[in-house]
Amino acid sequence: MSRLSSAFSKGRPALVTFVTGGDPTPDATAAILDALVEGGADVIELGMPFTDPMADGPAIQLANLRSLGAGTKTADILAIATAFRARHPEVPLVLMGYANPMTIRGSNWFAAECVKAGVDGVICVDIPPEEDAELGPALRAAGISLIRLATPTTDHARLPAVLEGSSGFLYYVSVAGITGMQQAAQASIDEAVARIKQSATIPVAVGFGVRTPEQAAAIARVADGVVVGSALVDLVAKHGTNAAGPVKELTAALANAVHSARKGAL
Amino acid sequence: MAMNAQTPNSFRNQPDERGHFGQFGGRYVAETLMPLILDLETEYRKAKADPAFQAEFDDLLEHYVGRPSPLYFAPRLTEELGGAQVWFKRDELNHTGAHKINNCIGQILLAIRMGKTRIIAETGAGQHGVATATVCARFGLPCVIFMGATDVERQKPNVFRMKLLGAEVVPVTAGAGTLKDAMNEALRDWVANVHNTFYIIGTAAGPHPYPELVRDFQSVIGKEARAQMLARTGRLPDLLVAAIGGGSNAIGLFHPFLDDASVRMLGVEAAGHGLDREHAASLAGGRPGILHGNKTYLLQDEDGQIIEGHSISAGLDYPGIGPEHSWLKEIGRVDYTSVTDTEALDAFQLLCRTEGIIPALEPAHAIAAVKKVAPTMGKDQIILANLCGRGDKDIFSVAEHLGVKL
Repeated sequence: MSRLSSAFSKGRPALVTFVTGGDPTPDATAAILDALVEGGADVIELGMPFTDPMADGPAIQLANLRSLGAGTKTADILAIATAFRARHPEVPLVLMGYANPMTIRGSNWFAAECVKAGVDGVICVDIPPEEDAELGPALRAAGISLIRLATPTTDHARLPAVLEGSSGFLYYVSVAGITGMQQAAQASIDEAVARIKQSATIPVAVGFGVRTPEQAAAIARVADGVVVGSALVDLVAKHGTNAAGPVKELTAALANAVHSARKGAL
Repeated sequence: MAMNAQTPNSFRNQPDERGHFGQFGGRYVAETLMPLILDLETEYRKAKADPAFQAEFDDLLEHYVGRPSPLYFAPRLTEELGGAQVWFKRDELNHTGAHKINNCIGQILLAIRMGKTRIIAETGAGQHGVATATVCARFGLPCVIFMGATDVERQKPNVFRMKLLGAEVVPVTAGAGTLKDAMNEALRDWVANVHNTFYIIGTAAGPHPYPELVRDFQSVIGKEARAQMLARTGRLPDLLVAAIGGGSNAIGLFHPFLDDASVRMLGVEAAGHGLDREHAASLAGGRPGILHGNKTYLLQDEDGQIIEGHSISAGLDYPGIGPEHSWLKEIGRVDYTSVTDTEALDAFQLLCRTEGIIPALEPAHAIAAVKKVAPTMGKDQIILANLCGRGDKDIFSVAEHLGVKL
């Protein structure tokens, strides 16, 4: 069983956490990733910084700028991933970012680097199914999961196209909007997840706007996973190179809420 | 007069059904926007086939914008340069002072057709923002313009114009606070308000179908110019010249002539301080990549991080270019060159003195290229350049560059 499949087969919902690689510096990221794992995250998303993060709200925009400002290169992100894999052989690691840094040297190059670094999956914000040829075939050939996004505007007719060729999990973006802003109404999330799970054979994780253990628990009651990003990135912004402690603390609270959500513990 | 019919080998059949111009173009957008982009394409196909849509577009262009714009032979500039005859398509005489309004009229009619009730747009120099605010006032729709905070500071008169026209101007502080950051922010707004909002993109770039529909709306320039030139001289021009930022005025002029084999074309990018220094010449100094919904030539580093463009002309100050130009460059149908800030400034003054026309700094780049190429051509040959905007907006920055205190 792949690392990603295992993470969603623990008999409880999974916590998926995101931080931007190289924020605040490439050297500081390892400790932050370790804090996520120690706090109980089941899947780690490592953001590849980009100058023009069009789908991100202010928190992750600034994280991208801090990372690039610290001189983070694609080679640094791959080195961070490689080192993470050596320290954590069992924890799934997903690269998340934008098309241009991923494809600039060719999709085969990127897929091969992902394999070398021990990366399990890739989320590319701005490659919809219509442009799959840009990245999808290379990743699938290399055995890397292409994790696609579904959104409130992805209707029933369109969902099969989104699911086709994707694997690992489906990332349901609960709001039509950018990262880190308002969370969607819980009722709309419940309805959407139920609808998507009728078609999806892969796990469904829900993100965008999830900041607190309470919100995470409510989503975990219906979804296979909960994604938290901006709230963790905010801690990195506030604590910089000392962020590992606060990141671990929030992750632990989120993990506890998500893992026990269906036991009615909260 | 022979119509330039489209053949299977036509240069005018792009893009393909997936919005690709060769390897360029496409629809590289977040999933949230994808269904809307598909709707827009469907609705645009219907509008294109609807005579009532075309009639309303034509009527507004005639009575509101002031089309057709004149085709003008520039006798003193021609004499000064001592070579080919220089003619101008006078799109600077349009309402709002540039070609931008042609596209805005077309897009707001589409927005209304689609039942959208709120308009957003990005702007760099402010010309597209003013044109968008203008059509929003004309049709009574609320309008939000995203403009880099740096540009808000350098383009105060246009900010005031937009406000007079009832638009809300949102200064964007992300990134360097220029055009590409304004476009990022407009895309973020659009994703969050996709149910009621139409994004009027200002140039022939962005996700399919924008490059196609902006080109089609701007093609009025080339269609008019072609008919006018045939009527006036009985022949086609030998060379077309137009400035390129995103490239909408250039593609609007070039496209109707693409299958006229005898007509050469020259697109002029902004070389800023020089191609070895800061510039905005994506074709000359960039390579293919993906940004703002399309694959095209971009200024970027080896990791694919986008590099800010620089030009004296805020309208050319963009690190990308419309995907059809990238394709036309690759297949060799259109030649592309670049001119520096200094050359554009010289050409700006030359046109003022020889023809009594104050051009915008964007077409001043085209004029600078004309200045170089006209003397190498015969006196029986014809150059047609697009005078895509007037220079009122630029007198402050020109004065500053010339060391004059106003």
